[in-house]
Amino acid sequence: MKVDGDILITLAVQFVIMALLAFGGATAVVPEIHRQAVDLHGWMSERQFADMFAIAQAFPGPNVMIVTLVGYHVAGFAGAIVTTVAMCGPTAALAGVLARTWDRFKDASWCQVIQAALVPISVGLVAASAIVLSQVAVRNWAAAVILAGTAAIAYWTRWNPLWLIGLAGAAGIAGVV
Amino acid sequence: MSDSTAASPPPRPYTPTHSELFFAFVRITLSGFGGTLVWTRRMFVEDKKWMTAEEFNDAYALCQFLPGPNIVNLTTIFGSRMRGVTGALACWSGFLVMPFVFMTVLGVLYARYGDVELLRRFLTGIAVAASGLLIATAAKMAAPLFRRFGPAPFVLLATAAAIGVMRWPLLWVMIVLVPSSIALAAWRRS
Repeated sequence: MKVDGDILITLAVQFVIMALLAFGGATAVVPEIHRQAVDLHGWMSERQFADMFAIAQAFPGPNVMIVTLVGYHVAGFAGAIVTTVAMCGPTAALAGVLARTWDRFKDASWCQVIQAALVPISVGLVAASAIVLSQVAVRNWAAAVILAGTAAIAYWTRWNPLWLIGLAGAAGIAGVV
Repeated sequence: MSDSTAASPPPRPYTPTHSELFFAFVRITLSGFGGTLVWTRRMFVEDKKWMTAEEFNDAYALCQFLPGPNIVNLTTIFGSRMRGVTGALACWSGFLVMPFVFMTVLGVLYARYGDVELLRRFLTGIAVAASGLLIATAAKMAAPLFRRFGPAPFVLLATAAAIGVMRWPLLWVMIVLVPSSIALAAWRRS
């Protein structure tokens, strides 16, 4: 695969910015990854984006690894390295540095105010991810029913999510969705 | 937690070496499904006793305060507490190496077989379920915020609408929403 240096720089810059805004973890930036990769740069189709999210969710490992798949798709092995390090490096360094001073300010009132202010934003970002991905993934009524059913079962029961993923995968193979 | 009953934390008998830190996290990521946080806590607090329960909670609280993938940030905090900068690097790379290899292999396979009809259908089904699971997660996280009166539900809905419905750029939305939410939270406390 031909690797264009400009693309790697774009990936690095965009994913560092995303990481620094990712309050609520990697899921929080899924809509922004979608906006950049599908709408803005045309690096992939809606379908391919949905596939990558599905792969990252269905396999073990932290869900931030969707950035590795996206990076690989856009710019091969170098792209995978760039997106993974950009997403996981700078904020981890920040955490390591702040860990040394955290004890001094963790009980300060301004710190608790910021924490309280960030909670609804991070939950809102997860909700936004759910909205964007549902729109990408659902293309007919059967899929909408499976979406609602999965959400309801996962909300009200403690079934292992892997069963739900497996059942939906089977429904997909059967050609229902 | 039963291990918090000790009056004074016992002196940490042993500081793990760099390779022990690295392979501890490799093992955590190979422990498979169910979330890495569970396994990280089990190994560091319960099995190896490298951290006390309080130290773990403190580190986790800091991670939730910071942007970025929480659990990855947590690895760096562990590492830097144990062995400074190089320890942080050992934990960070130990945590990421196997998932990176898995995902790259999956990326290669997807590039080659992504258009095979059977796989296409399978992934389409999985994507629907994964979205459904995310809806449930968002609902569970949102529920406690809606039980109290305050600005939180409005901030939550504004964020979800701006990013999820309007599809506005994350950077601009955060530049407006973060200070607004902080101002609302501060005003509510005063």
